[in-house]
Amino acid sequence: MVDTATMDALDATRAKSREQDEARVRPSRRDRLRGKANQPWWFALPALAVFGVFFLLPNLLNFVYPFTDWSAFHSQIGFVGLSNFSTILHDGSMARDIRITLEYAVLVAVFQNGFGLALALLLERDTRFNRFFRAVFFLPVLISALAVGYIFRALLAQDGALNSVLSSLAGHHVDTPWLGSTTWTLVVVTLIHGWKWMGLAMLIYLAGLKSMPGDVLEAARIDGAGWWRTFWSVRFPLLAPAVTFNVTTALIGSMNTFDIVQATTGGGPGGETEVFNIYMFRIFGQGLYAQASAMSLVLFLIVVVLAVPVIVGLRRRENNQ
Amino acid sequence: MTTATAFAPAHRRPLRWIQPLVVLIVAGVTIGIPLWLVAVTSFKPQSEAIKPNLSLPHHVQAAANYKQSFDEGKIVQGFVNSLLVVAPSVVLVLLLGAGAAWVFARRKGRLVNTLYALSISGLLLPPAVITIVMELRQLGLAGTRPGMIGVYAGMYLSTSIFFMTGFIRALPEELEEAARMDGAGPIRVFFRIILPLLRPVIATATIMVMLYAWSDIFYAFFVLGGGDKATLPLNLYQVANAQLYLNNWHLIFAYVVMMSLPMVLVFVIAQRRIVSGITSGAVK
Repeated sequence: MVDTATMDALDATRAKSREQDEARVRPSRRDRLRGKANQPWWFALPALAVFGVFFLLPNLLNFVYPFTDWSAFHSQIGFVGLSNFSTILHDGSMARDIRITLEYAVLVAVFQNGFGLALALLLERDTRFNRFFRAVFFLPVLISALAVGYIFRALLAQDGALNSVLSSLAGHHVDTPWLGSTTWTLVVVTLIHGWKWMGLAMLIYLAGLKSMPGDVLEAARIDGAGWWRTFWSVRFPLLAPAVTFNVTTALIGSMNTFDIVQATTGGGPGGETEVFNIYMFRIFGQGLYAQASAMSLVLFLIVVVLAVPVIVGLRRRENNQ
Repeated sequence: MTTATAFAPAHRRPLRWIQPLVVLIVAGVTIGIPLWLVAVTSFKPQSEAIKPNLSLPHHVQAAANYKQSFDEGKIVQGFVNSLLVVAPSVVLVLLLGAGAAWVFARRKGRLVNTLYALSISGLLLPPAVITIVMELRQLGLAGTRPGMIGVYAGMYLSTSIFFMTGFIRALPEELEEAARMDGAGPIRVFFRIILPLLRPVIATATIMVMLYAWSDIFYAFFVLGGGDKATLPLNLYQVANAQLYLNNWHLIFAYVVMMSLPMVLVFVIAQRRIVSGITSGAVK
């Protein structure tokens, strides 16, 4: 309904504008001079207000509260200087959370993009069969991350489904602690994270593959380039915008991860999967609000220091193509 | 892989046979097995489900599991609660985002550029969840739906403003000019011309916000907590942690099935639009 109404309006206005072709630009300029804006500022105000109150202001406050003793244990809030930072510095949690979150983000970016690109190439041709299976691989994106975490916790538990399958395949009892290794569990959890979002990455890579100029591929084929050669020399470089989008969203998304880690390991074993948000959740739950917000500020600074150059770099690479 | 080498010599174009086979195997292992585990476990009595495995249930008690998790997990209440925060958030993000994007796309000057850069900073910066709690308490919005809606809207406005501004910049301004010649004021131009033209981006933004906000638990924990306003994921967390050491897998997975069905259903119905919405917004 909206559509026909707009189309009518457009048709009418188009006719009108043809009549007044000469005067098309001038009146608007005159309007502007008279102070009547075509796009008044107040259209932007509600968005700026909501964004300011619920996003910017908390981030500004995040530069104040970490220096206080705000907690659940007393009603007064006083400044205590850097003591919250020295606490998280000296108990090792800051260094550990920075390391683990960065490892997590990089591994997720690798897995999510690797799986997504592989699936896109596998299902590239537009057949009914492929379309069906694209939808199948998109299913994990639709399942909530918490639910995904529980599914893999059941699958990977020491007495869980995977070990019982492996036991019957191997012929002897297998009890690998998939979620209990201080070294490898982080990799397992990031594989799960990659699994959950690979369908989205796949769709974006498919769109990138589809929008490729046919003549370039044709030229590569005539030059005798095989599939592999064409992929690395021609198609992959042309996928740059899709890579930028996918790597960026994977990095940003995984720096703010919580659900999958909480549902699979809760940050364990021995704190070896404790990303920033798990720490904040735990410490906030203990009532140490200021200490949690100190860690929140560290996350903010890490993102600013690391994510921004990565994105700028990716953008530049894209433009240089 | 052995099948690949076995098939290859017999056919000129081995890929034709191998591709569907690879797809079936990969899909079976990576998607089939996890979903099968969810389905069979949700049909089992607790004694069988306590050590989750892929075997068929000896004793099927699907109805009892689903009913119990329906009641204990407060599915209906959770669904309504989720809807009551996610739907207004999406509407706010789209409507306010479109208004701001229109101004940012058409107006020029240093102020516009600064405000635009500020508005899309949320694409990168993490929300300061701890101080959000503090601020909401002072505003009297802690634990309320308006507070949650504000937080979600604040988080996703950047995304919608970014996509919409890019989109509007690519639209010819003549359409608006022409409407103004007809005497249409800014409100008319915005609602009759800009919003309808934004439809493709609106689809993209809706899907993205839905995907994240519908399954969010982290921010909901801090803002809503448990209680009678708990959303579906919060209820799932409570079902899972109702007993020590996660031993009620039969109920957890019954809940997962019921909770995921609405999203899957929406996807199946609107698949084509969702797919084109995601891809058209992303690769620009």
